[in-house]
Amino acid sequence: MNPKRKQRLYLTIFLFVVASATTALLILVSGENMNMFYPPIDVASGKVPADRQIRAGGMVLENSVDRQPDSLAVRFVLTDYQGSFFEVSYVGILPDLFREGQGILVEGKLDAAGTFQAERVLAKHDENYMPPELMDLQQGPGSTASASEFGTPL
Amino acid sequence: MIFSALKSFWHKLGSPRWFFEMSQTWVFVLGWMALLLLAAGFVWAIAFAPADYQQGNSFRIMYVHVPAAMVAQSLYIGMGVAGFIGLVWRMKLTDVAIAASLPLGMLLTALALFTGSVWGRPTWNSWWEWDGRTVSTLVLFFLYVGIYALREAIPGQVLRARASAVIALVGMVNIPIIKFSVEWWHTLHQPASFTIMEKPAMPVEMWAPLLVMVLGFYTFAGFTVLSAMRLEILQREAGTAWVSAWVSGQDPLDLKKGA
Repeated sequence: MNPKRKQRLYLTIFLFVVASATTALLILVSGENMNMFYPPIDVASGKVPADRQIRAGGMVLENSVDRQPDSLAVRFVLTDYQGSFFEVSYVGILPDLFREGQGILVEGKLDAAGTFQAERVLAKHDENYMPPELMDLQQGPGSTASASEFGTPL
Repeated sequence: MIFSALKSFWHKLGSPRWFFEMSQTWVFVLGWMALLLLAAGFVWAIAFAPADYQQGNSFRIMYVHVPAAMVAQSLYIGMGVAGFIGLVWRMKLTDVAIAASLPLGMLLTALALFTGSVWGRPTWNSWWEWDGRTVSTLVLFFLYVGIYALREAIPGQVLRARASAVIALVGMVNIPIIKFSVEWWHTLHQPASFTIMEKPAMPVEMWAPLLVMVLGFYTFAGFTVLSAMRLEILQREAGTAWVSAWVSGQDPLDLKKGA
């Protein structure tokens, strides 16, 4: 390799390394702000700011869904299946994928009593796909498989 | 033996004429393969693959969404590598490759964003959410648009090639961010269903049509980029003897195939 080309090679590699390092630093500095939602442990332990618009997520705890018979009001508990959970109160139509054991994101505010007053409910489906017939045969590739996604971040 | 063959290939790559002649067969083969794979994959995915137990039929958007996103990122990696080679070795062909990859990469990123949005409405309950995966893919789209706009704005060929090579290379840092966004952060987007180490998170009758669609998208990209590169080479080398000879010497059928 001739000297001129070698110099260009080093310069180009330097450019790429600097760009990568800058981006990596920016991401590291941003830290938790890169997360789209708070996991149950943050909400339960009070790390989450009260009375501010935030997003939180978790799995819908079995037998926790409590619907009002005469309105669209519903209450349920979101958990990470690792001991942390919080209660959500919502008035409105739930997404089609909403069910017990399903990953759910809620957007709204945490009130003084520690209940999450949700204004929007989003369904977070996992990466597993399965035809319905197979699903009946073996109870689920993991309705709870994605619970790990609500655990403590890296 | 292998090393010397590679070295001779490397040197030949410096010649646009050699590339033009060599790629003629490739364009033909890739074009037909793309047509067959896409047609078969589409029918298989829409009509024969089973529906998902949770999402029903809406999960079929995956058969366009996943290959579009994969090829959009692969084309960008190709541009980054071409940019690197162009900056160090000043090979003419690399800028031709960047110019030819841009429009398709831009379109496929837009397609991935659009199909993701249409898929998000019934499953997530939202057209668009700002999470790590969606934002980094949006950044990929802006990188494509940015390089495209930059090329339109710079009249000089040398400066244009150098500027787009630098941005293509620097923008490469976004690729691992897209890939690992769903693992590094809490995102609404689900993690990958396919990883090198583990078996697919879906049965074979679901991933087989996806594999066909992915191959279809890749061959289509190969066909499109090679065709665009051939056109670009003809335009850039328009004054040379070999282009004049090729244009006047061939019968019109071959000319059509080339363009």
